[in-house]
Amino acid sequence: MTRPSFATLVGMIITSLFILAAIFANVLAPYGLAEIVGDAWEPSSSEFLLGTDSIGRDLLSRMIYGGRTTILVAAAATAVSFLTGSILGFTAAVVGGWFDQILSRFVDLVMSIPPLILALVILSVMPTTIVVLIVVMGLLDSTRVFRLSRAVAVDITVMDYVEAARLRGEGTVWIVFREILPNALSLLIAELGLRFIFAVLFISTLSFLGLGVQPPAADWGGIVKENKDGLVYGISAALMPTIAIAVLAISVNLVADWALNRTSSLKGGRGA
Amino acid sequence: MLDQTTTPVLSVKNLKIQATSYPPGEKPKDITIVEDVSFTVQRGKVLGLIGESGAGKSTIGLTSMAFGRGGVRITGGEILVNGRDILKDSQSQLRSLRGQDVTYVSQSAAASFNPSKRLMDQVIEATLRHGILSKNEAKTRAIELFRKLGLPSPETIGDRYPHQVSGGQLQRVMTAMALCPKPSLVVFDEPTTALDVTTQIDVLKAIKEAIRETGVAALYITHDLAVVAQVSDDIMVLRHGKMVEYGATSQIITAPAQAYTQDLVNIRSELHSEKQENGTPILKIENVTARYKSVPINVLKDISVTLEAGHTLAVVGESGSGKSTLARAITGLLPPIAGQISFNDQPLPPAMQDRSKDELRDLQMIFQMADVAMNPRQTVGQIIGRPLTFYFGLRGSARKARIRELLDQIEMGRGFEDRYPAELSGGQKQRVCIARALAAKPKLIICDEVTSALDPLVADGILRLLLDLQAQENVAYLFITHDLATVRAIADKIAVMHKGKIVRYGPKSQVLTPPFDDYTDLLLSSVPEMRLGWLEEVIANAKMQAAGN
Amino acid sequence: MQGGHMSHAESVFMHPVVLLISQRLTIGMLLLFAVSILIFVGTEMLPGDVAQAILGQAATPQAVANLRLEMGLNEPALSRYLSWLWGILHGDLGTSLTTQKDIATAISGRLYNTLFLAFWAAIIAVPLAIGLGLIAVRYCDRWPDKLISGVTLATISLPEFVIGYILTYLLTVKLQLFSPVSLMFDGMSLAQKLNTIALPVMVLVMVVLAHMMRMTRAAILNVMESAYIETAVLKGMSPLAVITKHAVPNAIAPVVNVVMLNLAYLVVGVVVVEVVFVYPGMGQYLVDHVSKRDVPVVQACGLVFAAVYIGVNIIADVISILANPKLRHPK
Repeated sequence: MTRPSFATLVGMIITSLFILAAIFANVLAPYGLAEIVGDAWEPSSSEFLLGTDSIGRDLLSRMIYGGRTTILVAAAATAVSFLTGSILGFTAAVVGGWFDQILSRFVDLVMSIPPLILALVILSVMPTTIVVLIVVMGLLDSTRVFRLSRAVAVDITVMDYVEAARLRGEGTVWIVFREILPNALSLLIAELGLRFIFAVLFISTLSFLGLGVQPPAADWGGIVKENKDGLVYGISAALMPTIAIAVLAISVNLVADWALNRTSSLKGGRGA
Repeated sequence: MLDQTTTPVLSVKNLKIQATSYPPGEKPKDITIVEDVSFTVQRGKVLGLIGESGAGKSTIGLTSMAFGRGGVRITGGEILVNGRDILKDSQSQLRSLRGQDVTYVSQSAAASFNPSKRLMDQVIEATLRHGILSKNEAKTRAIELFRKLGLPSPETIGDRYPHQVSGGQLQRVMTAMALCPKPSLVVFDEPTTALDVTTQIDVLKAIKEAIRETGVAALYITHDLAVVAQVSDDIMVLRHGKMVEYGATSQIITAPAQAYTQDLVNIRSELHSEKQENGTPILKIENVTARYKSVPINVLKDISVTLEAGHTLAVVGESGSGKSTLARAITGLLPPIAGQISFNDQPLPPAMQDRSKDELRDLQMIFQMADVAMNPRQTVGQIIGRPLTFYFGLRGSARKARIRELLDQIEMGRGFEDRYPAELSGGQKQRVCIARALAAKPKLIICDEVTSALDPLVADGILRLLLDLQAQENVAYLFITHDLATVRAIADKIAVMHKGKIVRYGPKSQVLTPPFDDYTDLLLSSVPEMRLGWLEEVIANAKMQAAGN
Repeated sequence: MQGGHMSHAESVFMHPVVLLISQRLTIGMLLLFAVSILIFVGTEMLPGDVAQAILGQAATPQAVANLRLEMGLNEPALSRYLSWLWGILHGDLGTSLTTQKDIATAISGRLYNTLFLAFWAAIIAVPLAIGLGLIAVRYCDRWPDKLISGVTLATISLPEFVIGYILTYLLTVKLQLFSPVSLMFDGMSLAQKLNTIALPVMVLVMVVLAHMMRMTRAAILNVMESAYIETAVLKGMSPLAVITKHAVPNAIAPVVNVVMLNLAYLVVGVVVVEVVFVYPGMGQYLVDHVSKRDVPVVQACGLVFAAVYIGVNIIADVISILANPKLRHPK
């Protein structure tokens, strides 16, 4: 059994801390989300650990609530993209024929445009609510999950053990759930981490552009936008959420790297 | 000059080779790959290194160029090339050794040629690099070598790119590349293993004659004792990185001293004598023609064969002969476009989907690569147990008892139920696949090249097991293989396939007795025989025929 | 080409390379056509009503109906699409809803600015990425490789605007080297322009460098592990000759492919970086008009970005076809 390395452990601990902070935001945040408690851009003090933001709200509290929004939206978008992408990808691989052809060509088409551009085009006519953001991000990203799961499933379907199951007379359900899925799962789990990071970066970018989470609600990208003007005067409030995004992304990356290595070293061995 | 005749070209003493392994989750540790191996190669002589996979033979071959693949290190002993200890050489001395004094011919010429350069440029590269000949002289020599090695249009073949030349030709071009700089030693690393048997003999002939004419010394590495017996003067038998036996070829072949060598020599004996036809056909294939959707050519053309209950029909042919397609047609994975397949006197629905559970159960299959024929996420117990539940509804203790019984039958015994395929050896994996097929209590098992990925002794064990099981269970085998020795060992009837047709078919004794048709003759005469002088006879026969034409 | 050694004349007609390239170009055109449909459908047929979206939820039904009429939204979608497409094919990208100006005129100057930015980023990033990739391969698994891999892992995990602000903070506020805003105007000299775009270019370089370097490293390592490299070593070739004569010719295609894919990615990076530095390019123009819900502008910009992206990808395809000896010299 591969023991997680030091870097992996650090990644796991930090990732869990972020998740816990998101869950217990109400308990952890010293002030309310939109509560104006002081002057604009007060420096850090015992009262406001990270200082205040552009209109005098406690930055730490906004960071904690913002983290909850960012993580929640990213997680939900990842869930949408995985459910859609992997189910359609597996079905396309197993069923094949025109179903596979139509879906694959459509995915090629969507992937021929950068996702951010397509998201901007769609968001220009859709209301920017949280649900719309989750669905748009999730569906755009599901194209990548579709390609991966289809490729993995196609690789596995040509294996002799799947042919052996077919020759035995097993049905599609057995073949998908007992022969293909267990062998594809760990690769997909590693991909899950990468897709989640992508979703975090995506929603942060959209909010930074003013097209994501709308005020007074906050997410990290939005907090950067609100405080970016202070940077020129040497006020580092806008850097706080950027650091949070970077740390979360790197920690999840470390965990995903480990999951991926674990998959390859376990090829054919015991395991989930 | 005196020195040159007495100093051996290569002298290896007490060689020890180690590598570092990185077991997951543990500290890296050193493992010994080769230990205490010594030998000498005299000018103009050929030493054969033989052993199964993991014996360390390729690693030893490459040490004559002081080269180790993937972190392999020479940690003890000395290696003298023309009397010079190359382990003390500097990097630049090593570079002048490689490609000049010692050259190398690899197993896969297709991968060993740079795909973006013309063959000629690659063949003469080392010769130019070491300043042995001028460019024009080198080209002339290369063309001369191409001719000697029997390559078609020797004048122009060098202008082609690697992908424009066939595998057997590429292997000969690589031999020319090794001989071009006039080395004192050539290392041949399984140069014919990847080739079909009728191609192998051409390459083997070419190599043998080239060695004789150029007077170069050679290390010839292979897993096939019959092949090495044809080209080498001495043979060293290796196992697990240690020397088992070392002696003159004639002694190793005719009077092996060690038990392991004796096993290797006796491997191709007949295991089984032909059974008489009993008039109860289990499988009857009549005028079957089949093709793949994407290719507008019939891969099977008008095939008719019959297999009796409890008998073995061997289908033999080279790659592309259509023998594996025949298996797919019988299993219903590729429904034929014409003809009929009957099983137990009943016509079998052509497509697998239309067959009943009993029809599927009666016809089982064992694959070539046991590695990929088992789901890596299932235990041996789950793999063998699934057909028991699926076909017979066995569960719980009844299923467990039956799994044990099957494990006993394949001579693996207890304690394997909870293992995963990755924890088994190659032979054990194939045994589990046999047990899985047997679990269905089939009347016919299709064996698709089931022994070709295995080492000879392991393959031998599998063949014996299959024969024992046939005697116990009265199961029939359709045995697909490219290896005539295997056919000879276990078949009752033989069908020889060539380009999608059956060119010869009948009881074993009849098929293997002259007069032959041309293709069977070529096939049979191409299989290396475990005796001295076989290749010379073939060469002499070929010359006589050529003179007669 | 080795003159005089051609054994058989290679016909230009229907040579597989010509065939494949014309196939790729055709596919590219079809793709662009499909993308135009996708963008049109994406903006006009989604549940949100464009007129409603522009005017906001508080608008009176009468105002919405008037706007629909004015925008021609009551005509069938197909005819609206066809007239839009017809216009594009004739260089008419339509009129902006918010400014009432011709979009093509507005875009042309900004497109130039954007390409100017991307061009300089590419000029710096490509050699740097290949150089670093080579260093990483040369010292594979030793400290220079690990250092480069660590730093690139960190930059891959950051969105473009994060890199932008961290650099801005360090270089303009702490070190006071550059101006934080990239104002461009006509009549600037090239030197002035370059000074203005230095910061955004640096950010863009960092954004693509990591991916490009990692993929270059992987592509070259892949080639270095081939059996023919071992053959060259066993011929006694010097390490330099092994790399220049045997590795490089085979690494060109994958590396060029990597470079092109990342240049395509640069197109996306530009959008965000332009917003960060208030740079007057296509990206900022697009983002501005998305929030103003100016659909014709968004459609036009989206199509232009997609065209550039697809175009770069086709060039990458064509180069890898040209570099493949199996296609250049068919059997």
